[in-house]
Amino acid sequence: MKITRKHFLRLSGLSLLAAGCKQAVRPATQPVSAAGNASQQPIHWGMVIDLGKCREKEGCKACIHACNAAHNVPQIADRAHEVKWLWTETFGTVFPSAQNNFAPQRDAAAMVPLLCNHCADPPCTRVCPTQATWKRDDGIVMMDWHRCIGCRYCVAACPYGSRSFNFEDPRPSIASINPDFPTRTKGVVEKCNFCEERLARGLKPACVDACPQHVFTFGDLADTDSEPRQLLRERFAVQREPELGTGPSVSYLV
Amino acid sequence: MRDRIWIFAGLAVFVAALTCPAWDALANAKASSKPPNLVLPANEKECVAPAGTMRAAHMKMLIQWREDVVRSGDRRFVAFNGKVYEKSLTRTCLGCHNKQQFCDRCHEYSGVSGPYCWNCHNDPQAVARSTP
Repeated sequence: MKITRKHFLRLSGLSLLAAGCKQAVRPATQPVSAAGNASQQPIHWGMVIDLGKCREKEGCKACIHACNAAHNVPQIADRAHEVKWLWTETFGTVFPSAQNNFAPQRDAAAMVPLLCNHCADPPCTRVCPTQATWKRDDGIVMMDWHRCIGCRYCVAACPYGSRSFNFEDPRPSIASINPDFPTRTKGVVEKCNFCEERLARGLKPACVDACPQHVFTFGDLADTDSEPRQLLRERFAVQREPELGTGPSVSYLV
Repeated sequence: MRDRIWIFAGLAVFVAALTCPAWDALANAKASSKPPNLVLPANEKECVAPAGTMRAAHMKMLIQWREDVVRSGDRRFVAFNGKVYEKSLTRTCLGCHNKQQFCDRCHEYSGVSGPYCWNCHNDPQAVARSTP
């Protein structure tokens, strides 16, 4: 069939009309899919630590013991070889710039629980040459111990000292092995994983559940109605060295 | 002809050296062509894949599971028969199999000493034995 000029113009016009109709129809269907996306917006796991509540129970190490037991964290006496996921330092050491000459001595010496900050822009993942550590979509800075070659670049990159290297076989230094979680081996780096294995089963992190004072509030920072977001809205919170631009997911209520 | 004794002595040493693995195997009861005595799970009849597939490709499946769980957070495995399992060496595999009487025996028989899974992953039964 030979296409005449009249035919061609008519076809072109109809095609343009159809394309235009599609553009007009699409916005009508858009809100439905947008609403569907809103309910599945990416999670951003984060934690708020209430230091006031923590100070009330001095010397309590329930969170540390729960974490160590859940993750087979070895207890090595030699400080040069020690491995830590959740540990404590004095307030004065953690927040040196938050002190003044008149601060009560009691609070400067109070212990602050420390863990991986699961930064928004983590320096540790950027330097890893094998992508053994990376940032998951839900905000957790995850490790793949199968892939870790033990170069310790991440240990050097982390400004919070959250990463530990296994200088020796950790197994002899674990009092009681939890068979559900792997131990590590000599030559890999480890740190807090925000209990991603517990989150996968719908549980909260071990420290959150173990704390008798309910010091830790864990939740989705992307959800404006979540528990940590409510706390952050109502009370003044600080983060560890926010000026570094790492964007910690862990905040402290002083 | 004077060197005959040396030639035959040398040949004897050569043949002995060549066949020594066979003699060693005969002398050492551990190495034999007899198939390993594998203890199969008593509580379960079916594995996550047909036995033939598992025998040939369990290592590939374990690597795949490892990648899925650690890197993608995907822990759900739908088996060939529609059953759903957790992708877990300790919980799923060792939930039925006995490491010592199954994994180790076959690996020893096949001379596959390689996998370093157990440097980190735990055998729940061994852990239970060590902590009374």
